[in-house]
Amino acid sequence: MRSSLAAVVALARRHRSLTILIGWALVGALLPMIVLIPPFSTFQGQGLWIGGFANAGVFILLALGLNIVVGQAGLLDLGYAAFFAIGSYAYAFGASSFTGLHVPFWPMLLIGALAAATFGVLLGAPTLRLRGDYLAIVTLGFGEIVPAVFLNADKYTRGTNGIGGVAQPELPIIGKFTFSDSLPFYVTMVVILALVMVFIYRLQESRLGRAWQAIREDELAASSAGVNTITTKLLAFALGASTAGFAGVFNASKLGIVSPDQFGFAVSFTVLAMVVLGGMGNAWGVAVGAFTLYMIQSVLLKQLNQFFGGLHIPVLQNIDFVQYQFLLYGLALVGMMLLRPEGLFPSRRRQQELHGDADTVDGAGPTAETSDALADR
Amino acid sequence: MRTDGRRVLRITASVAGALLVAYVVLGVQQFQNFLTLGAIYALVALGYTMVYGIIELINFAHGDVFMVGAFASMWIMTVPLGLADRPIEDPIRLAGVLLIVVVATMLLMGTIGVIIERFAYRPLRHAPRLAPLITAIGVSFILQNIIQAVFSPSPIGVPQVFPRVKIDLLGGSIGVLNIFMVIVALALMLGLQLFVGRTRLGRAMRSTAQDRQAAELMGVDINQTIAITFLIAAALAGAAGVIQGLYFGSIQFNLGFFAGLKAFTAAVLGGIGNTTGAAIGGFVIAFIEVLAAQLGFSRWSEVAVFTVLILVLVFRPSGILGQALGERA
Repeated sequence: MRSSLAAVVALARRHRSLTILIGWALVGALLPMIVLIPPFSTFQGQGLWIGGFANAGVFILLALGLNIVVGQAGLLDLGYAAFFAIGSYAYAFGASSFTGLHVPFWPMLLIGALAAATFGVLLGAPTLRLRGDYLAIVTLGFGEIVPAVFLNADKYTRGTNGIGGVAQPELPIIGKFTFSDSLPFYVTMVVILALVMVFIYRLQESRLGRAWQAIREDELAASSAGVNTITTKLLAFALGASTAGFAGVFNASKLGIVSPDQFGFAVSFTVLAMVVLGGMGNAWGVAVGAFTLYMIQSVLLKQLNQFFGGLHIPVLQNIDFVQYQFLLYGLALVGMMLLRPEGLFPSRRRQQELHGDADTVDGAGPTAETSDALADR
Repeated sequence: MRTDGRRVLRITASVAGALLVAYVVLGVQQFQNFLTLGAIYALVALGYTMVYGIIELINFAHGDVFMVGAFASMWIMTVPLGLADRPIEDPIRLAGVLLIVVVATMLLMGTIGVIIERFAYRPLRHAPRLAPLITAIGVSFILQNIIQAVFSPSPIGVPQVFPRVKIDLLGGSIGVLNIFMVIVALALMLGLQLFVGRTRLGRAMRSTAQDRQAAELMGVDINQTIAITFLIAAALAGAAGVIQGLYFGSIQFNLGFFAGLKAFTAAVLGGIGNTTGAAIGGFVIAFIEVLAAQLGFSRWSEVAVFTVLILVLVFRPSGILGQALGERA
């Protein structure tokens, strides 16, 4: 029994991409069933749960994308929602009754990602030379400008009202996206997440992924070792942005409407909290962190409201827990940074990096491997 | 000393010239807005620039410290002082009230600044740079939510104790309130310059900013110096909060976000780490914002400010007055 388990683990290590696909298939199949069991079934019906999971998928996608930028390359992007907005609006322009265009879903997915990546490069090219914290501020400013432009350029975007009548795609096998049945959306989401995750793991172990790690740990050393820091950082930025573009197209197709208020700083902040909580740099950890936070925010806080509302305890029943979700995120960020900066599910490298100074980082293993790989460029 | 005198003269002359240009371009009404906004942004920008100068941290929570300052001044006016929402006509009583409010708010905010530094930033002083930055964002959200919980999510009125008296000046009438605000702001900035330039603690701050290790070897208490920097930064933000409340009459828990961003832009524009630059940057940003509003682009004023930020960072990251920071920037 024990040896067969070990064999499975060894097999999983060797065929990582396959493991990820199987893992997502299992998770994707099990989640809709788990919610039929109490206590979950008492909270809300299966349809609502699946819709919620699909929405959580959007945030997982966002968190995975931000993880490339923050976790892998160590660049703090505080305006990540801007790329989400660009993807969403790209889809709204390409497939809605507002513009009269009806580009199908799959090409739009790529166009949305490309549009977001283009803006990522346009913003990144001049600013990635700056040191990390300046980059944070520039991205923060960008994150404010983009929704403001969509809000104020109301001739082209219908301002606060947003663009409605966004096409809901009909996909082969999976079926048509509708408001009443979110299963097709859920299935598509799981498929996309699985593919993105495979892609991210492949990247992480590629030369590019190692270059990101090198830059994150010591930019000067990385550049001396022959890493082109600007291009490498730009790629991280563009890939992160395009993932947000994916998520944007999805979200627009699910909601059927895009409006500027969906992309405020709160979104960027939430996604950052997800990445930090899950463990910067570890894709599975980030996915779990995103899922957990989204579920806390969309289900648990509402349940707490109902629970305490029903108990008639003087103070507690008047607290609107949903209103304080950002207090929770804020406390989570500060608490995590002070107590466990590597996140709940850390990547091993990141853990070494964040505890103690550079000397204690295990120099023999991965570092040597990184520098070898870089040397033969 | 003589070069000092000449420098003061030159600065005074250029400031007077700039103000005159602003006055001519903006007209009386908008000039008042410009002065007040400039005073607020400059005071808040000083906090960003001082903290960055000493520990190289962009204190994201600083805009929210400013917001808490506005709420603290409102609370001090309404609860302990029991002021009603009507002007106080007696000038001596008014002066006394304002003095109490400004000083009490600054003390309170200074304390809060020190507490934030002690518990949120000090433990992370040797952590990778990303860690304190993320903590600062967390602190910002915590402050917003505490204020939202204690007071209200909707805007709250601040007692308008200052009579809306205007005096004639330069062919137009300017509110006494605006003049008072600018004088308070200028006095605080001058006091800061003197403190940093002439006192022992100020010297400790400058040396810590230059080289923390060397300063420590010379017997400077680093922890105390950094704590004092946070105290002064938060106290100045508190003073800006008083001005905000008195001038706009209503405050909301989320006002710190944009104000903080603009003030940070001002600090970068002036050259981060440079206190004079931060003050000038504050007025420049206010000028851009007011001008945009006057030209009918008020909806675009925020976009304009951030575009300025990005352009400055890209083309002149050391700012107007900043020394060439090179790869530091």
